[in-house]
Amino acid sequence: MDFDIFIHILVAAIAAGTPFVYAALGELVTEKSGVLNLGVEGMMLVGAISGFIAMTKTGSLLVAVLCGMSAGALMACIFAVLTLTLMANQVASGLALTIFGVGLSAFLGLKYTSIALPGVKELHIPVLSDIPVIGQLLFSHDILIYSSFVLFAAVSWFLYKTKAGLILRGIGEAPKSAHALGYNVIKIRYLAVLFGGAMAGLGGAYLSVAYTPMWVEGMVAGRGWVSLALVVFATWRPARVMAGAYLFGGITIAQFHVQGFGIEIPSQLLSMLPYIATIVVLVLISRDQNTIRLNSPASLGITYHPDNQ
Amino acid sequence: MKSFISLIIPLCAVLLALMIGAIMLLSLGANPISGYVTMFGAAFGSLEGFSETAVKSIPLLLVGVGICIAFRANVINIGGEGQMVMGALLATAVALAFPGLPSLMLIPMVLIAGAVGGAFWGSIAGALKAYFNVSEILSTIMLNIVAVQFMNFLLRGFMIDPAEVARGTGIPQTMRLSENADLPILLEGMRMHLGVVVALLVAVGAYFLLWRTAMGYRLRAVGYNPDASRYAGISVPKNVTSALAFSGAMAGIAGAILVFGSESHRMVTDGGSTGFTGSAGFNGIVVALLAGLHPIWSIPSALLFGGMLVGANALQRAAQVPSALIIALNGLIVVFVVSSEYFKQRFLESGRVDIVDEEDTPAGGSHE
Repeated sequence: MDFDIFIHILVAAIAAGTPFVYAALGELVTEKSGVLNLGVEGMMLVGAISGFIAMTKTGSLLVAVLCGMSAGALMACIFAVLTLTLMANQVASGLALTIFGVGLSAFLGLKYTSIALPGVKELHIPVLSDIPVIGQLLFSHDILIYSSFVLFAAVSWFLYKTKAGLILRGIGEAPKSAHALGYNVIKIRYLAVLFGGAMAGLGGAYLSVAYTPMWVEGMVAGRGWVSLALVVFATWRPARVMAGAYLFGGITIAQFHVQGFGIEIPSQLLSMLPYIATIVVLVLISRDQNTIRLNSPASLGITYHPDNQ
Repeated sequence: MKSFISLIIPLCAVLLALMIGAIMLLSLGANPISGYVTMFGAAFGSLEGFSETAVKSIPLLLVGVGICIAFRANVINIGGEGQMVMGALLATAVALAFPGLPSLMLIPMVLIAGAVGGAFWGSIAGALKAYFNVSEILSTIMLNIVAVQFMNFLLRGFMIDPAEVARGTGIPQTMRLSENADLPILLEGMRMHLGVVVALLVAVGAYFLLWRTAMGYRLRAVGYNPDASRYAGISVPKNVTSALAFSGAMAGIAGAILVFGSESHRMVTDGGSTGFTGSAGFNGIVVALLAGLHPIWSIPSALLFGGMLVGANALQRAAQVPSALIIALNGLIVVFVVSSEYFKQRFLESGRVDIVDEEDTPAGGSHE
């Protein structure tokens, strides 16, 4: 294999993996607080169309990103009210959020289907991007990819090196004990859910503004669900989320190159590959029940009733 | 009191969603009252309209009934889309293989093939959950995408209409399937066909399965308390798998009916993910949740959503209101139904109705 093509695939894999990085790291924080939000797909879609609309109206990437994030957070807010205040079932509420998001984004995006955006320029970091291989891999991307690296560092630092992160994880493991220690479980979970929504929205906005700068109905195309799978795949650890996201991005990109190498496989079968790979990985990770039990937040998906003490 | 509340709360959820829909209509510059009159008039105002609504409701009802069974067993099946596709593919393959059989044999055969195809696809996710502990929420979603790509592959390859190849147009669709497999029309000059009867029978059958058979008792027991069930000698893995198999079978029948009840009598894909099913695999979940996971209540629930689909098209023609509005409304209805569980519990607690109605469990199927 030509080395340049190989590097090219890796660079493309990082770009393809970035929406997963945002959405899955956001969901990771939400799940660490003990809340399972299945609405990632819906939040990403609404984030994608909101970011896209903002970009066409203002032309400012910053405004687009902020709009995508706030739209995702607003969607997450609906979910938070349902599950944390009204104590509705988290699975049903998450599904409802996705179905709502699919419809809402299609509704909002009707007038925007035929517009193409210029996309986001790559930002070559001086000196560093001239380093062979590494420069191309890490320092020749657009700014949203750099900020996803920053997000990874921030989430890892927050969860494992700060007191607030410890409290958040504690609430995910034992909400009643956290409550007894005087922490406001519902408030902290609200913040975690909103953060997850904002990141899902940002991941969606990255798709519609930078990755494929246009709006297509349902353009998230299952990425929200894959992000949920990535959190399980990563056994709730940020570094493994990154690895999983780029691995998945790589498989997505590789399918476009396989035919270039003269391997005759129908494209439809190739595009199944990432999803079959996800199932296989889920089997490997989940097969041993203890892996899941030891790593997943103990109160994940269970409604917390503050008055039932 | 209890049944009254169980009825009034979903109605409130629908009304609330329609009110928000009215605001969205206003924002588009359309009159919401005349909009809704157009919508529901088109769906339920005439026999033709109702026939159209009934046809649209068939897949919603079948998938919804399947969802009722799965969620009752605490299995979250989001794989309706893929199960419909696999059912339709197997049914189509049967019709392509035996075009000469008389209708009396061929129609039951294609419906059974649909059920088998869907059940097979559902039970993959079921077995993965039961024996490898894989979250069925994630595996069914992944299997949806795999099934759609598999359909695109077959309809562009082995199963494509030879005429499309000869003409060089290459539209991914099968040839006109055997006329013997056409579902008979029930009302002269209208679209309502045998599929309506099949769907109703399946709904009633599912009710009997869940509450009048030992099998259904085991499914519900596993959903309600897997540990107690295991202690009582019920195999949890087996029942989880069969819940997904039943659920998939019903979605598979829906897929088969979509093919053989269609006007073109072909299986067609547009290459996209919703080209074949019209998202019935997802909307069936909405139907089941609104119906409180009850197969019989799923019938009016499916009619409501089927009617909204028909009405949305009429609204689009009359007032240029995008039909995407209706998908958003569907989502809102679920949001309200889900949140109404809280008020339902509150009402019932204040009335000291603590005895759990055996046909009533919280929507979503997951218990603490």
